[in-house]
Amino acid sequence: MKPFATVLEVGTSLNNHTGSWRTERPSYAHRLPPCNNACPAGENIQEWLSLAEQEKYEEAWREIVKNNPFPAIMGRVCYHPCENACNRVTIESPVGINSVERFLGDKAIRDKWAFDRPAAKSGKKVLVIGAGPAGLSAAYHLARLGHKVTVKESLKKAGGMLRYGIPQYRLPRKILDAEIKRIVDYGVELEVNKKVTNLAEVVESKAFDAVFLSVGAHIAKLTEFPTSPRSRVLDAVAVLRDMENREKPKLGKRVVVYGGGNTAMDVARTAKRLGAKEVTIVYRRTREKMPAHSFEIDEALQEGIKIKFLVTIKKYQNKKLTLGKMALDAKGYPQPTGKNETMETDCIVLALGQDSDLALLEKFPGLEIADGALKVDSRMMTSHAGVFAGGDMIPFERTATTGVGHGKKAARSIDAWLRKVEQPATEKHPLATAERLNKWYYAEVSENKRKLIDIAHRTKTFDEVQLGLSEAEALNESRRCLSCGNCFECDNCYGVCPDNAIRKLGAGKGFKIDYDYCKGCGLCAAECPCGCIEMTPEDI
Amino acid sequence: MKNTQANPKGIYTISNRLGDQANRAVQASEDRPNSLTSGHRACQGCGEALGARIVVDAALRAAKGQIIVVNATGCLEVFSTPYPETAWQTAWVHSLFGNAPAVATGVAAAMEVKGRGNVRVLAQGGDGSTTDIGFGCLSGMFERNDDVLYVCYDNQAYMNTGVQRSSATPPTARTATTPPVGSEPGNVFGTGKNVPLIAMAHQIPYVATATVADVQDLEAKVFKAMSMRGARYLHVLVPCPLGWGSPPRETINLARLAVQCGLFPLFEAENGTVTRATKIRQPVPVENYLKPQRRFAHLFKGGKPVDDRLARMQEMADANISRFNLLGHEETCK
Repeated sequence: MKPFATVLEVGTSLNNHTGSWRTERPSYAHRLPPCNNACPAGENIQEWLSLAEQEKYEEAWREIVKNNPFPAIMGRVCYHPCENACNRVTIESPVGINSVERFLGDKAIRDKWAFDRPAAKSGKKVLVIGAGPAGLSAAYHLARLGHKVTVKESLKKAGGMLRYGIPQYRLPRKILDAEIKRIVDYGVELEVNKKVTNLAEVVESKAFDAVFLSVGAHIAKLTEFPTSPRSRVLDAVAVLRDMENREKPKLGKRVVVYGGGNTAMDVARTAKRLGAKEVTIVYRRTREKMPAHSFEIDEALQEGIKIKFLVTIKKYQNKKLTLGKMALDAKGYPQPTGKNETMETDCIVLALGQDSDLALLEKFPGLEIADGALKVDSRMMTSHAGVFAGGDMIPFERTATTGVGHGKKAARSIDAWLRKVEQPATEKHPLATAERLNKWYYAEVSENKRKLIDIAHRTKTFDEVQLGLSEAEALNESRRCLSCGNCFECDNCYGVCPDNAIRKLGAGKGFKIDYDYCKGCGLCAAECPCGCIEMTPEDI
Repeated sequence: MKNTQANPKGIYTISNRLGDQANRAVQASEDRPNSLTSGHRACQGCGEALGARIVVDAALRAAKGQIIVVNATGCLEVFSTPYPETAWQTAWVHSLFGNAPAVATGVAAAMEVKGRGNVRVLAQGGDGSTTDIGFGCLSGMFERNDDVLYVCYDNQAYMNTGVQRSSATPPTARTATTPPVGSEPGNVFGTGKNVPLIAMAHQIPYVATATVADVQDLEAKVFKAMSMRGARYLHVLVPCPLGWGSPPRETINLARLAVQCGLFPLFEAENGTVTRATKIRQPVPVENYLKPQRRFAHLFKGGKPVDDRLARMQEMADANISRFNLLGHEETCK
């Protein structure tokens, strides 16, 4: 039958390549999420959250341990710079990354997950001196890369400040032991009570192909003030270390802690738990200037610890402590006022910072040491080839997570150095900023917070203060991730393209732009919730 | 432990990898019909091209591919079917500017006579053919309750002939025929017609409004309309970068702002009664919607309103908000 009207072939517009209209070209990009950028251990947080939110918990854990072998430990003691950087704060509150990490770490211990098989044996031997977070992290990463690792630790047990600095109520020892055991089971040789006193000897013996130094900072900084013979002045490092002995330190009923850092909070809260009735922190500046993290100060106050601001210790004689009152000057610095006050106390614990014991380096010439810290280059190598260092003994932020990051970085440098290869330069993507998000698409969802045990329980026992999230809470928390800067296949771009110029490649494969037809309107980029589409000018 | 919510992430995107894959939006599926395919000549960021694909794809899915589309003259017809090409990948017929509803009535009657009641008829046009030129035919189609879904893609003026005013042009908007000069610059207050409300007055089975800013909502309304027989009317706001004087990338944002400020209420009505109105999720003043559009530029000088016309636009929005009860909590999170 002859058509009664003009008839056109279906879809003949495809002859018309409208892509030639384009002045701007969209493309899918990978931007660096702020959490990943902030993580001192270099975790790919967004990636493991995305696995967790799909209930792929074991895969999520495996993604964490590519960078950090201690998810259960760091899920407790890390000060989570990731959460401080999280873009979700511009919607309601940051994703509780640390609590999800702890959930995964605890589940790994419960379900006995083991690390992936290490790389083929390299035949190289590496010595790690000091079994703190940096040393153990280096040992783990070196083992993962196929090297034979020996760790020598001067103290009775491995863990460094994780064991001898962080109280049990923040890090239960069974958690610490379980994550260290996993590293030992991985083939790392751990020798405790083996203090290395002379690095020169070790290097000259040629028993090892490389050395990683991570002796930490275990010597307390002290201060001078007049005391009488029976005045008890202790240091926080020793008190916290002695907590690991069967015989606990005896501090008395009234304890004064001098200092304003996290160690001061730790030792004050420990004193309370040891039975002290009155624990007072004495600090020469104001709360705003306190180096301790705000939540630790809050938790200490909740437990009945008193803090005296703007005072210094003048003298401590016959249980009588004389404090000098300070006042802030115009520039905000504390200055003595000449006025004093007194209080009674059974002992003073100094928490004024720590130094490294670098005695083992004395007979090893040529290392650069400044302000009591060892200098390293960008590869974490000291000025002596093959000797690397990290953790609290090098000039850097002193946190456990930083140590873990140092250990990883040093391990990769040592690996490259041993194999005589250049380390590939890692490409750093531009940051996924909050301004790039299309926040319309994200509903407000409140954070699943970890609960604290009650105060009475806290002040009488060393039980862990903070409880973990349930599986349901951890799942919901991981699902709060915005996926900043990286596609999570929401189909917005595919759905909103007026020119049908985006091809969906199937689950997990993402999308492809058909530049034959894309007119460059930019709707895909504007409506991308996570800001992973870039518009760049065409060459015209 | 499986979280079976449609949106377990608390997210309003078209879909997400955690959602129920079987019930995802048509526009999210790899095998969507793409009834309006690539190579059409709509401007960059055309809201109408997007709206038409979403609507016809959903209707095709609902009718298992058995759809005849009747198109009125207008942008949609001109950019999709310049002889000898067409971007349509479905049965599609074009006649005149004013008679699409009547042609659709005829097609539906023919299908019924031939015993092919499974073939559904969808008529579509812009606001010019719907609210002005074809309005008589449309009203007739409504009052006879002919079995047609009529979709109006409203971009608030005659865009294809050079942005002339239609009876859907909002007050104060600059068009070629309502220049921003004289005592009442732009389109005057107190004119125009609200076709969704007029459609409701015909007591037809289903009337709904939607925008291209919410794909799931638009698709849901097409599916609902397609589940019914008789005359149904869907009015879709489709921003026009050319006529509105807005960057192409702002098309969806403007549709969203039109809803959030209250000037374009989203509602559904059955047999003449409103059955549901979508709550405003993030209320904004009309200024946020009007300012990015050059057609309203004459309302502002140095960022400040020049006279009380902005306040009068806000009054229109406030009247909608109160009439349709648009503030407060939505019972369910879509």
